[in-house]
Amino acid sequence: MFAHDFIRNALLAGTPIALACGAVGYFVVLRSQVFAGDALSHAAFTGALAAAAAGVDLRLGLFAATVFVAALLAAIGERARIDDVTIGIVFVWVLGLGVFFLDLFNRGVNGGNGIVASRTLFGSIFALTTSEARLAALIGVCVVLAVLAIARPLLYATIDPQVASARGVPVPLLGAALLILLGIDTAEATQAVGALLLLGLIAAPAGAAIKLTAQPYQALALSCLFALASVWLGVIGAYLISSLPPSTAILGVAALIYAGSFVISFARREARQAALSAVSPLGQRAS
Amino acid sequence: MNPHLSLNPLTDYHQLVVYPFMVNALEAGTIVAVTASVVGWFMVLRRETFAGHTLSLMSFPGASAAALAGVSLSLGYFSFCVAGALVIAAGSRTAGRRDFGQESAVTGTVQAAGLALGFLFLSLYGGILENLEELLFGSFLGIMTTQVQTLAAIAIGVLVFFLVAGRPLLYSTVDELAADARGVPVRLLQVGFLVVLGLAVGATAQITGVLLVFALLVAPAAAAQQLTARIPLSLGLTVLFALAIIWVGLTLAYFSVYSVGFYVATIAFALYLACRLSRTAVERIGRRATAAPAIA
Repeated sequence: MFAHDFIRNALLAGTPIALACGAVGYFVVLRSQVFAGDALSHAAFTGALAAAAAGVDLRLGLFAATVFVAALLAAIGERARIDDVTIGIVFVWVLGLGVFFLDLFNRGVNGGNGIVASRTLFGSIFALTTSEARLAALIGVCVVLAVLAIARPLLYATIDPQVASARGVPVPLLGAALLILLGIDTAEATQAVGALLLLGLIAAPAGAAIKLTAQPYQALALSCLFALASVWLGVIGAYLISSLPPSTAILGVAALIYAGSFVISFARREARQAALSAVSPLGQRAS
Repeated sequence: MNPHLSLNPLTDYHQLVVYPFMVNALEAGTIVAVTASVVGWFMVLRRETFAGHTLSLMSFPGASAAALAGVSLSLGYFSFCVAGALVIAAGSRTAGRRDFGQESAVTGTVQAAGLALGFLFLSLYGGILENLEELLFGSFLGIMTTQVQTLAAIAIGVLVFFLVAGRPLLYSTVDELAADARGVPVRLLQVGFLVVLGLAVGATAQITGVLLVFALLVAPAAAAQQLTARIPLSLGLTVLFALAIIWVGLTLAYFSVYSVGFYVATIAFALYLACRLSRTAVERIGRRATAAPAIA
């Protein structure tokens, strides 16, 4: 299967995208900001449609819209900890604009076909050209490096913002930086799995990693690993089963991993409970 | 006859109700506005906006599964919305407490997985995405009388839930620990509320489209909660705002070429902005009024 160009392109772009989603996703889940990712992914949709309506490169619209909305959310949010109502409201407006651009586009000279809308919404990792894949890989690597560079202070700012702020850590700035990285990551992943599905690649691997371990760096690595496994297994699965769209396959693997983490953490809790009740008849914590 | 918006409201009204589909749309819109805004009011208070959005998106796999299996659209919508609500409710707690990090991760995963399933069903169904836009962004052209009746039944169910469980739900929303200690079934209420939320958004999505349910769900409640903290007043305002949004939106969409979703979202956003600005203005005037005597 690696003889095919489209598979090679898919994996070339998919690997860094997965790593970026896993790394950014870990912090996003830790800060309960998946909803912001959701809003950004819809902004990506609006941006792509606006670009289509204006007749410019889709990627320009994607990146402009997500980075702009990320900056907007960071600016509105109190100390870069945005509340869900603010996101919801921004969301409504962004989507309304998306519909408007869709109308414009459909009435324009290009004529209405659902292809742009459907590709933006659901993506197709098999449709990437070699140059698109190279660029996507490059941006993905940059996002991963940026996350690793700010990982330590960001972790501090997330776990205890007050103490971190007192120690001179720029808490609001880090929050804004994470949001903007999330925006870039979103625009990036939209091309591979689509605006509506990339949320799973951000949320599921990170949620599973946090469920399994409480150690930050371990969880960060696990999150990247899970995202990578989702993309690779998804691409292979979609190649083997032709009626399975690649985006669905990737998301399916991610959701299964997350479900598996629930089972494991449940089993662990049961085992611990059993061990505790074996030590002391009251089932209390021994130490 | 081509409808034209005139300055005379009476002729406008006659043009609006001349077609049965428009009457159906207005009736359905009214029912949906009341249901969605009341549910949305609790949703905003409970910080479950993300869950609300995710559940509204569940109607997309619901609709495509219904098309694939050949069952009625409403059945598909409601079963997927309720299933999504149950999964979110199950995954949102760690050691019996609400865990916001995991809740957001579970919600995001449910959303993406649900949409991925919907996409799969669509491509199995034939891969034709002709109605995708309509599904995502809504259409008020094809609402049938039976659909209006289903909507009314759902609305009554939802309102009865709030009549029965509204008070304890409010208690457990404002102070979960205290409510739990007083014997309020906090967990059961959360599951119940999410299921009701699923039903309400499933109903709303049929009018506004999957992506814009949100405009009716979150904007009226958020706007009203900007204006007042008194519960009955804020609930009443929420319903009023939602009705205004849907009526004006439907009217404008009827008289122009753009889709109803765009108008509904834009009006909702403008309304929220107006409420927020007016609150800021009132606060500033109030501060000046209290500051003035101190200076003098």
